[in-house]
This record gives sequence, structure tokens and C-alpha cells, in this order.
Amino acid sequence: MKDRDLKTKLLSAPYLVWSVIFVVVPLLVMAYFALTDANGSFTFDNIIHVKNYADIFLRSIIYSIAATLICLVLAYPIAFSISQCNPNKQRVMIMLVMLPMWMSLLLRTYAMMGILSDNGILNSFFTAIGLGPFKMIGTPGAVIFGMVYNYLPYMILPLYSVMCKIEKSTIEAAQDLGCNAFHVFAKILLPLSLPGIASGLTMVFVPSVSTFYISQKLGGGLFDLIGDTIERQFLGSTGGKNLGAAISLILMILILICMAIMNEFTDDDNEGGGVLF
Amino acid sequence: MKTLSKIYNVLIFILLYAPMVVMLIFSFNSSDSLGTMQGFSFQWYGKLFSDSGTKEAFKNTAILAVLSSLIATVFGTIAAVGIDKYRKGWFRSAVISVTNIPMMNPEIVTGVSMMLLFVFGATLLGNQNDVLGFPTLLIAHVTFNLPYVILSVLPKLRQIDPHLQEAAEDLGCTPFRAFFHAVLPTIFPGIMTGMLMAFTMSLDDFVISYFTAGPKFNTLPIYIYSMTKKRVRPDMYALSTIIFAVILLLLLAVNLVQMRDDKKKAKNK
Repeated sequence: MKDRDLKTKLLSAPYLVWSVIFVVVPLLVMAYFALTDANGSFTFDNIIHVKNYADIFLRSIIYSIAATLICLVLAYPIAFSISQCNPNKQRVMIMLVMLPMWMSLLLRTYAMMGILSDNGILNSFFTAIGLGPFKMIGTPGAVIFGMVYNYLPYMILPLYSVMCKIEKSTIEAAQDLGCNAFHVFAKILLPLSLPGIASGLTMVFVPSVSTFYISQKLGGGLFDLIGDTIERQFLGSTGGKNLGAAISLILMILILICMAIMNEFTDDDNEGGGVLF
Repeated sequence: MKTLSKIYNVLIFILLYAPMVVMLIFSFNSSDSLGTMQGFSFQWYGKLFSDSGTKEAFKNTAILAVLSSLIATVFGTIAAVGIDKYRKGWFRSAVISVTNIPMMNPEIVTGVSMMLLFVFGATLLGNQNDVLGFPTLLIAHVTFNLPYVILSVLPKLRQIDPHLQEAAEDLGCTPFRAFFHAVLPTIFPGIMTGMLMAFTMSLDDFVISYFTAGPKFNTLPIYIYSMTKKRVRPDMYALSTIIFAVILLLLLAVNLVQMRDDKKKAKNK
């Protein structure tokens, strides 16, 4: 019996080899590039040089924290109300939430640019009712709005998946025992939905902080984020693989730290994946 | 309170769907204006289908998505069967952590690190330029698709009675046949979900492809990216409307498979 289990276990070996070569080794190669110069000799210059981009890091972090918190506030009520519907309605609503996630982010952002642009639909509307056109593209608000719009489903889904596990009777019991709406929220709903909040926060924060398309389109190229900087090091005209690797490495470490903090709040037996479908 | 929450939900859905509705409407515009509707026409769809760049990119994306999701499904299912035997312990959590890396890491870091690996590997092998192309893109897609397959097959394997395979073998099946006749049908919904997920991920991926495709190979998202660098053209709206319809169908298919699965479970209970 033991022998057979071992043979079955060996089935995972090719995958493990693949993962090491194409997941783990690339990260090591990235670290190697970050710690060497163009000739391949060891240096800390790249890492030190990253501090010239401190303002860009700071901007990315501030924008994406803002977007993440706005997502949380917007998503919480809708996730709760979906979780209170009957099962069939829940299924339909969740499908409606997921559908935009499967659409190309490029095209969605691009259409959003059409809506927000100086002579776009929103401004035509504002002009028609006499409020006059507003400048929206090329403002920090537009970039943050783009992040919120694109990543809102990533917040709604994990919140919903913890909330639909909360027994209705728990809430009713609290109400029977004299809790008002605020107390039900603060004492029952919030503590029980913490794991969902934590995974929602990471699922929105990680793509927001590393985006480069949203800032290019909705920021009008005026607000470089970390993603833009990395992209330019590799595929733009400035071309510096080593510096690009250093920035990517620091971005990754930053996110690992955030995730380690968040993981404290999520339950351990959650092996992911289930959130998406 | 009830009406208030209904209004709120509708507002959120308007926010989520506004850009898609705009794309849908303006893809039928008879002029190339993206601000005002001037009449109804199919001309952008016609233009889309006669544009050789779009066709080429679409063909590449389809081949890539089909190949990478099939490879990842077969490879990932086999791996999941193996991983499932590790019930507890550091090894299982190590494997799960490695599986989670491509899902948790920002896409840009995954893309950059793989590109560096390919360039570095090619330099070691004495080949300086032109490593990036279809093969590297395929490797990258298989790599980020694998976790989706594994993580949707593993829970199904966990639900299986561990004695199922043994019972089939006691009844005279070879281990191979026992797997195909007893285990595979049970985990099939998980495999299908994983494959569809991998397929849509691959279809939709821009960031990782952008870094690993090299300058000569275009996928649809990369092509869209290069198109949107210039002035906006409504045939991109036509394209996204078509993609939207395809994704809607795929999602409906997944939900139907899942609904049938749920019903079966309810019956068995």
C-alpha cells in the first residue's frame, strides 16, 4: 500500500520540476540581475538607485491604498445584499459580478477613457445640463477611479464568499437579543467577514500597485506608477534590465510583506482558486 | 432599507457595465466618433474581419489559448493526483505555496522574471537574440495556467472516497483502468472548470505575454495594446463586443456544468 502511494506521489514530480524551473528559478534570475551590473559583476548600485524612484513608489502605494479602501467601502454593502438573496438569484448576481473580470482590462480601460475624456459621453452630458465640461483624464482621481472600476469584482467576490457562510440565524439572534443595526454590523458581521476583507484587500491592492496600463490611459501619462517605470526599463527606450530587475524585486518584496500581514487574518485551509468560480 | 439597497446594487452594476455598454453601442456607430452616435452600421465589424493584423493576432491567441490550456489541464491533473497523496506536512504546504506564487505575485513581476530567465538561459547557451517568441510565450502561459487547474482539481480529489480506486482494482481493474473509470469521472467537473479557467486566463492575458512574446509575435491583447497607443478606433469596440459575447457563453457553460454537478450532489444526498 505504502509503495503504491509513493508511485502516485511521483506523478507530481514533473510538475514540481517545471515549477522550480519556470517559477522559482526566474525569481532567482531576477535577483541575480538586480544585484549585478551590465558586465555581470556583483553590485548594490541598482538597489541603491531604486531610491531615486521613491516618489513613484510612494505615489503607487498611496493611489492603490486609496483604490483598495474605496473598493472595500463600495463592495461591502453589495456583497452583503447578494449573500442575503435566494440561491438562484445569488448565482445570477455573482455571474454578473464576475463577467467584467473576464473582459480584457485593456478594452475596459480604453472604453472608460472614452467615457471620461474631455469630449466624451460624461462631458457631453455635463455640457448639456449646463454644468460645463470637467477635466477628468489626466488627474489622479481618474487613475484611482480606473483602479476601483477594474478591480471592484476582486473585492466583492471574497467578501461574498465569507458572508454567504454566515448563518442568518446568527444575525437574527443578535437582533432578538437587542442589537441595533450598528451593533449587528460591528459585533457579528465585521468579525466574521474579516478573512474575506483580508483577501479582498490583497486581491485589489496587488494588481493596483503594479498596474501600468490604467495610469497610462486614464492618467494621460502624467502619473507614472511603479509598473510604468518597470515597463520602460525593459521595453522602452531607456532600457536598463538590471535596474528594472531591482525595481521589480523591491516591488515583490513589498507585496510579500503586505501579504504576510494579511495572511494573519485569513484561514489556513483556504487553498485559493475557489474564489473565482 | 430594501429599496435603498436595491438602488445601490443597480448603481454598482451600472458602474461595472457602463464601459461595456458604451463599447457595444459605439461598435455599431456609422461614423468613427466615440462621443456621438451618428447612425447604425456594421462597417466596423467588416473592417475588423478584413484587417490582417487583427486576424493574425486572433489566430495566434486562439492557438496559444487552446494549446496552453490543454497542456496545463493534462499536466496539472496528473500533478494534482500526485499532490493529493500528500495529505499533510511541510511538503504539501511547500508545494501549495509554490503553486500559489504565480497567482499571488503581481503579473508584471512574473512577466519580467520569466523574460529574464529566457534571455539569461539563451545567453548561457550562446544565443544572444531572438529567444522570445511563440515557444517562450507557450511556456509562460502553461506556467501561469497550471495553478488554476491544480487548485480546481485538488478539492474534487479530496472529496473522493480513498477506497474508490482500491475497490475498482479489487474488482479486477488495472490501476490505470481504475483511475479512468472510477476516479476520473468524479473529478471531471473540477478538470473542466480548471481548463475553462486556464483558457480564459490565457485568452485574456496581457502583461505576462507582453514581456515574454518578443517583438515579432502578436497576441490579441498585445495587438490591442499597440492599437490603443494611437487614436482610438471603433473596430476595437467591435472586437470587444465579440469577445464579450464569447466570454458570456463560456461563463454560462461553466455555470451549467456546475449547476448539473450541484444537482447530482443534491440527488445523492
